Amino acid sequence: MEQLLAMDQTPIRVLLAKVGLDGHDRGVKVVARALRDAGMDVIYSGLHRTPDEVVNTAVQEDVDVLGVSLLSGVQLTVFPKIFALLEEKGAGDLIVIAGGVMPDEDIVAIRKLGVREVLLQDTPPQAIVESIRTLVAARGAR
Amino acid sequence: MNWLESEQRERLQSEQKDWEAKEVATFLKKQPERKEQFHTIGDFPVKRTYTAADIADTPLEDIGLPGRYPFTRGPYPTMYRSRTWTMRQIAGFGTGEDTNLRFKYLIEQGQTGISTDFDMPTLMGYDSDHPMSDGEVGRMGVSIDTLADMEALLADIDLEKISVSMTINPSAWILLAMYVALGQKRGYDLNKLSGTVQADILKEYIAQKEYIYPIAPSVRIVRDIITYSAKNLKRYNPINISGYHISEAGSSPLQEAAFTLANLVTYVEEVTKTGMHVDEFAPRLAFFFVSQGDFFEEVAKFRALRRCYAKIMKERFGAKNPESMRLRFHCQTAAATLTKPQYMINIIRTSVQALSAVLGGAQSLHTNGYDEAFAIPTEDAMKMALRTQQILAEETNVSNVIDPLGGSYYVEALTTEYEKKIFEILEDVDKRGGAIKLIEQGWFQKQIADFSYETALRKQSGEKPVIGVNCFVENEDDVELEIHPYDQSTAERQISRTRRVRAERDEPKLQALLDQLTAVAKDESQNIMPVTIELVNAGATMGEIVERLKALWGTYRETPVF
Repeated sequence: MEQLLAMDQTPIRVLLAKVGLDGHDRGVKVVARALRDAGMDVIYSGLHRTPDEVVNTAVQEDVDVLGVSLLSGVQLTVFPKIFALLEEKGAGDLIVIAGGVMPDEDIVAIRKLGVREVLLQDTPPQAIVESIRTLVAARGAR
Repeated sequence: MNWLESEQRERLQSEQKDWEAKEVATFLKKQPERKEQFHTIGDFPVKRTYTAADIADTPLEDIGLPGRYPFTRGPYPTMYRSRTWTMRQIAGFGTGEDTNLRFKYLIEQGQTGISTDFDMPTLMGYDSDHPMSDGEVGRMGVSIDTLADMEALLADIDLEKISVSMTINPSAWILLAMYVALGQKRGYDLNKLSGTVQADILKEYIAQKEYIYPIAPSVRIVRDIITYSAKNLKRYNPINISGYHISEAGSSPLQEAAFTLANLVTYVEEVTKTGMHVDEFAPRLAFFFVSQGDFFEEVAKFRALRRCYAKIMKERFGAKNPESMRLRFHCQTAAATLTKPQYMINIIRTSVQALSAVLGGAQSLHTNGYDEAFAIPTEDAMKMALRTQQILAEETNVSNVIDPLGGSYYVEALTTEYEKKIFEILEDVDKRGGAIKLIEQGWFQKQIADFSYETALRKQSGEKPVIGVNCFVENEDDVELEIHPYDQSTAERQISRTRRVRAERDEPKLQALLDQLTAVAKDESQNIMPVTIELVNAGATMGEIVERLKALWGTYRETPVF
């Protein structure tokens, strides 16, 4: 049944991105693989990208979800830039999620900016898949 | 010489069969075991129990004695009986002055060595006023642009007495140049300075992903650091060949061990190509490994690493000096095992990991802070971590007998199993054309990603229990934990000093030195260290040196595999 439903729909498109100088890519790779195994189209930016590069790719590739992985503590620098650029490019409805290691108060702050989900260390892969499916379903067809 | 005559061994094996048929079988009828097959975290199947028959094939000389080839039981004959391991908590944030205060605090608390964490821009070779540095200056470590920053970092610390470790890789040679320049300025005897730079670039491409240039020129820089140090800094460890990051990127303990030794082989080959004999530099090679969660497996891993290293250096590279064959390592507990839920239990995880490092014979140790699943550690978290080591060293007596797990049937059997598997992987790497070629193909990276994904699935299914995460979970909504604050004025303070240095220096002299740097870099027979020391003395920033060579060598970009 689930498979039939999945075949019916176009796959969810996700861009996973590493922004800044941080090279921790263990988590983002696990997420990439889990989403791919769940039938989503996954693009991974690779390391050391700027907010500009990431937003351009997200728009060009027409993704449903942009996931940004950060383990270097720069979330309060990076997300404001990303949302400003998305707005500028008319892609304000794109679903943005975050992953990594960050303090609780920063999670509150980036959620206020518009980050829809924050996936911390040890989030089970299946929970990530479900959370993305739920967010995309709630947004509805584009 | 072996443990058992074949007749004794057969007798022992038949007794074990008899035991399984009788006592074990009777018990299993009443209550089955928790699993049909148990494995180590690294996926080695383990038996119900081990006997002397399981190590009958391990030659007694392979186990040997501490401080004697093949050093399975420890690099030194007296180990912690003369001096316990160096307690080396890493620290770094803000500017040189900020971190200098933390260093002094840790020394006051009884720490015996210094270890420096740098911020991302410094690690990647960007000055603090570069656009890529925005938001990152002094955040995850200390920011260093110029020699003036290094002077602030190490102010009032006697470098002839306290060893300084610098965790830095692609830009390591510039930091080492600053360290040497500072030593000269203070009038120290360079041959008395002890300490280390990590400078292990190969594992960066494999795991930690801090790189600047393509592989070939990067390895040449490492070669230059090693040969320069061998001649000018007799007590300095010019490299820490590291498994830690390979493991933290998700590898198995076996992959950590084997891939690290594959990198070692590459470095030794590169240095000996210059005509330097292995005994001229190998005694100062140092290693850095993680201590993961599987207690006995980690001890076996450390012991096997020492044995493999000794054999590689002697048999493959023809080392004659026993000091070239003894593996010395720094150890850090496993940061990725720390959890945000019920964070105080991280102290217990760290204690057990620290104990396996000590029983595995580490030369120095960093224990992680309980709050590292939130941010970089606070002073209090670092004090707890240091106290953990002090309890092990002072209260438990584990440091009084060398290699107390030596002779354990299980640990010896697993040590030998590890040795065999490590050599199998090394042979495979050789057959496939060596570490550099395999990095370019993503061979190591793919295997790490595979094991890491399996680990994530095992945590999800509960097969790999993590207290507070997939079992014994508590509802904790609002965690009241004071975390390390980030001082928003850091970048401004840092950038203003860098600009002052740039304004005050002799510009034509600097430009001439930068031209000289390019010339030296083009000529592989030359060593890059001397001109870099001159450059930092002349007020060059790290970013300027790095950018100059980017123009010559280009940059590296990986093709990610997952």
